[in-house]
Amino acid sequence: MSAPNKSFDPVEVTTLSAEVLAGFVSEAISAITAANSLDELKEVRLAHTGDRSPLSLANREIGALPPAAKAEAGKRMGESRGAVNSALATRTQELETLRDAALLIEESVDVTTATGVRAQGGRHPLTTIQEQIADVFVALGYQLAEGPEVESEWLNFDALNIAPDHPARTMQDTFFIGSEDSGIVLRTHTSPVQVRSMLNRELPIYVICPGRVFRTDELDSTHSPVFHQVEGLVIDKGITMADLKGTLDHFAQSMFGEGIVTRLRPSYFPFTEPSAEVDLQCFVCRGTSVDNPDAPCRTCRSEGWIEWGGCGMVNPKVLVATGIDPEIYSGFAFGMGLERTLMFRHGITDMRDMVEGDVRFTRAFGLGV
Amino acid sequence: MKIPVSWLREFVEIPENLSGREVSELLLSVGFEVEGVDTVGDVRGPLVVGLVKTIEELTDFKKPIRWCTVEVGAAHGNEATPGIRGIVCGARNFSEGDLVVVAVPGTTLPGDFTIATRETYGHISDGMICSVRELGIGDEHDGILILPAGSATPGDNAFPILGLGDEVLDISVTPDRGYALSMRGMAREAAISQGVSFTDPGVALAELPEAGGTVIPAASDDYQACDLLVLRTLGNYNPAAPTPDFIKARLAAVGVRSISLAVDLTNYVMFELGQPLHAFDADKITGTIRARWAKAGETVETLDGIKRDLTTEDLVIADDARVLSLAGVMGGAYSEISETTTRVVLEAAHFNPAVIAKMSRRHKLSSEASRRLERGVDRMLPPVASARFAQLLIEHGGASFEGTSGVEQAPDPIVISFDPNLPGQVAGHTYDAASVEKILVSLGCSVDTSKTPWSVRTPTWRPDLAAAIDLVEEVIRIDGYEKVPATLPTAPAGRGLTELQKLQRRAGLHLAGRGLVEVRNYPFVGVAEFDALGIPAKDSRRHAVQLANALSDEQPLMRTTLLPGLTGALARNISRGFTDVALFEISSVSLLSAKQSATGVTNPPRPSVLQRPSAADIAALEALLPEQPLHLGVLLAGALNPAALGAKPTPAAWSDAIDIALALGIELGVEIEVAAGDNAPWHPGRCAALSINGELIGYAGELAPRALENLGLPKRAVALELNLSALLAAANVVASAPAIWTFPVAKEDIALVVKADVAATDVLNVVREAAGQLLEDIRLFDVYEGSQVAEGHKSLAFALRFRAQDRTLAAEEVAAARQAGVDAAAKSFGASLR
Repeated sequence: MSAPNKSFDPVEVTTLSAEVLAGFVSEAISAITAANSLDELKEVRLAHTGDRSPLSLANREIGALPPAAKAEAGKRMGESRGAVNSALATRTQELETLRDAALLIEESVDVTTATGVRAQGGRHPLTTIQEQIADVFVALGYQLAEGPEVESEWLNFDALNIAPDHPARTMQDTFFIGSEDSGIVLRTHTSPVQVRSMLNRELPIYVICPGRVFRTDELDSTHSPVFHQVEGLVIDKGITMADLKGTLDHFAQSMFGEGIVTRLRPSYFPFTEPSAEVDLQCFVCRGTSVDNPDAPCRTCRSEGWIEWGGCGMVNPKVLVATGIDPEIYSGFAFGMGLERTLMFRHGITDMRDMVEGDVRFTRAFGLGV
Repeated sequence: MKIPVSWLREFVEIPENLSGREVSELLLSVGFEVEGVDTVGDVRGPLVVGLVKTIEELTDFKKPIRWCTVEVGAAHGNEATPGIRGIVCGARNFSEGDLVVVAVPGTTLPGDFTIATRETYGHISDGMICSVRELGIGDEHDGILILPAGSATPGDNAFPILGLGDEVLDISVTPDRGYALSMRGMAREAAISQGVSFTDPGVALAELPEAGGTVIPAASDDYQACDLLVLRTLGNYNPAAPTPDFIKARLAAVGVRSISLAVDLTNYVMFELGQPLHAFDADKITGTIRARWAKAGETVETLDGIKRDLTTEDLVIADDARVLSLAGVMGGAYSEISETTTRVVLEAAHFNPAVIAKMSRRHKLSSEASRRLERGVDRMLPPVASARFAQLLIEHGGASFEGTSGVEQAPDPIVISFDPNLPGQVAGHTYDAASVEKILVSLGCSVDTSKTPWSVRTPTWRPDLAAAIDLVEEVIRIDGYEKVPATLPTAPAGRGLTELQKLQRRAGLHLAGRGLVEVRNYPFVGVAEFDALGIPAKDSRRHAVQLANALSDEQPLMRTTLLPGLTGALARNISRGFTDVALFEISSVSLLSAKQSATGVTNPPRPSVLQRPSAADIAALEALLPEQPLHLGVLLAGALNPAALGAKPTPAAWSDAIDIALALGIELGVEIEVAAGDNAPWHPGRCAALSINGELIGYAGELAPRALENLGLPKRAVALELNLSALLAAANVVASAPAIWTFPVAKEDIALVVKADVAATDVLNVVREAAGQLLEDIRLFDVYEGSQVAEGHKSLAFALRFRAQDRTLAAEEVAAARQAGVDAAAKSFGASLR
């Protein structure tokens, strides 16, 4: 600190002179501007605003000034410090912005490496197609009906007008429990669920019954001893074959696209009369491949139609066996194989893929079909 | 059923220009699915009838060779010798003057073998004299095909004579339409489908010469089983008489081998008319030919060489000495037509279809005859078909007619009362009465329309038409299913899926969303799989439903647990190179009660189908069945997540199996209780018993090392199996919203040292109870056993969160609540703060 000034002339305190202060400020701002990192700027801050900085040292000299000069010197000092601090703030912000930007660049990753981090789950397409079909019919007001897989022979055959001597009732087709006389079988179709519906539900009945069924076929690329069906049953007053046809067309369109229709061909099932085979219009070529060797269709083998299932008007004998008056009520039933439906809908070429539980197969379908 | 179109054309006027393919389209429209159309013989080019003029034996060669001149008609000779061709031939079974079939140069025989003029054995061979085998219409190769003398003129096209080029339809016939297993039946359908005229070959009796000889008498012991038996006896049969080529060709086309004239004619008439026939060697017959029930202990050797034991449910054809055949199923060896047979007795009968069906099944013997008889054959056919046979045997086998015998008991005709509006009501379509009548008449019905309802008498060849609905089907079928319109019926307003159905879907979605992959395994299991899993001898899971006819002797049981299927699926995935596998299955299992037998009962209820079964009947039917709840099975092996950038694979651990169950419980709003369990195949020290309100629902944890080794599966695989039906039933369908308190949270950790055998969940529950209302959450985050705690002890570290509904908690309040928890643990388990 300088000694008390004899003449009390602030000008004589050289470090507080306007020129000198301006020089300090100028040096500080140069240093601030020159700082290229926040660390350098921190050092510049210490050097130019710290306790030992020229401005701080000059500030101490204010006390030595005569009272009359203190105000002016103080004002000059404040302005000088303000200029330095403002430059510091500006540069700090600039450098922080640069640092932040550099950090983002530094932290960038190869986003294409983020694959397969979590195990992929999936639901079996035989599960989800059952749900999808159920939803089509639930939207029409149907109920989803279920029944046991180990079933009484009476519900599986007798009640469905399948006579005791019917060929289907032999061990060549049907799995029997215990012996051929036990009266217990693995259901050969989902039709016993229809019988259960007729026995247990209030009329009218509108039900859809998907489920697992069993026949004594060895597993190969197109057969399986365990497979799945979906059957629909309607019992109401005045139900006609036209209602059956319209329902099948609606089902076909819901599953395969606008405008797809079905075709009925006469057939025979003991539990329906009249009975029919259901063909589905090919949803890939829509019939354009027929007699058109230049554009063959693999899905329908250029036949224009795909065999889909069976159907018919519920045989009055079945109504009688379940206590429904055939003079008042009539109904229709239809049934399709779900493996077969999945095979032509999704291009599955081997039945075994659906039974072996290979994770690649199920994962391909995700949570729905 | 194979149908040669030429045979069909004998009875129905199919337009000449209609191809086999077009005929099959028409048949399809009336319900006969044509599975294929084949052409007989792959022969192209000029194949003509030739007359052998001269034969010169060439003897200078190793084998005898003939040099022949053959008259082949003006159009087929060559320039040098008009109408004649010189042909070298190695066969010797023909003579000068025989009619043969000649492949003229340019003809292509099966095997893409084109005949050309060539020099051989010192002569120019200018064509080929053909054998049956060379033409691809038979297997006989011991000589040249010789046509009956005078049956054709040299130069005639041989194609129609041999049935070559004939189209054969392969038609699948549904089991209700037995009448269609014949040319007669299919011709009628073809006529109806095309609206052309049909000549019924099954009505008029063939004219036979006056009978002269001894007639073998006929009898039927049970008219319920055999209500018509006709015998035709024929003598002077020449057993060496050849079967005419056109008959051989037709039999070959329908897939039947030629055996001898008499046998071939039984088959020919059967395919033509639909009536199975059986020819016996009449000299082997003793006394009367009789349809009767077999006696216990009797046997018969059938034509297939198998000696069959008979029961009193077998209907047989017998004479006074022995059983001759299984009625309507297969003939017997003793009385079969042989090379020395000169006297033939033909049996034609009408049997009860159910009797034949049962016998066919019992003897596991399905023949062309039984296939027709079990479906029902026209009762009026036996006299007609047997006369047709006699006529042909006389014509082609030189036989003389000795006479006819027979017995019958005629049934009442079937008359159906029929409302002509019914087809329209069933179809939802309008049929005018005239069309309905026309269709019924075309089927062979006689219709009395004088009053409504009509009286419809059905034809004898349609035993399947027995009720009004059967006629309705025929009207809609013949008019065309494609004419039925499409309407959509209106169901009552629906309520969607049931809660259980929705919850089941939710469970599947939840599990797949956690990265598990669903599988659907076969339900068949075997004792070896229970053994491998280490399931104890008395375990109820071994009391499984047993199949009578399992596909595999190793898996005769229905599953009681999903684990065998899951371990099989896991093994398949591992064998295909996938070692990190998380599988789940939701399927039913079959659980027998202790009282139920694995093989069912011996006398099951069989309620009448003529009325609704009573409640007691229904209950008795239900009582046959095992309980079939849905189970959830989960099997994890390898890592839970794949190796990926920034994510190290985490091996699946026992805790993951338990966590999957608990998380599913949380999803469904059910608190699943966990306690130490011990149940094979789980590791006894790493098995959790899972319960809901104290009711056991399943187990989870690590599988026992021994079981995994037995199954060849990787170490430390973990599994979960629980009764999903029970879990879904306990689900909270309508979840309650929690109170969300927003005052600051206070977090406290405590580490409690307890004996090693104390269950962490028990400590947690005691602390939670004692800490009171302010405790918002408590979770176990670490377990420590080691040098820092006393021997036989462990340290359980819990994270506690406290919060109040209405204020910021004071430090003293939190400390007090925490201390209450610690004190309770100390009191209950001797726990001390670490």
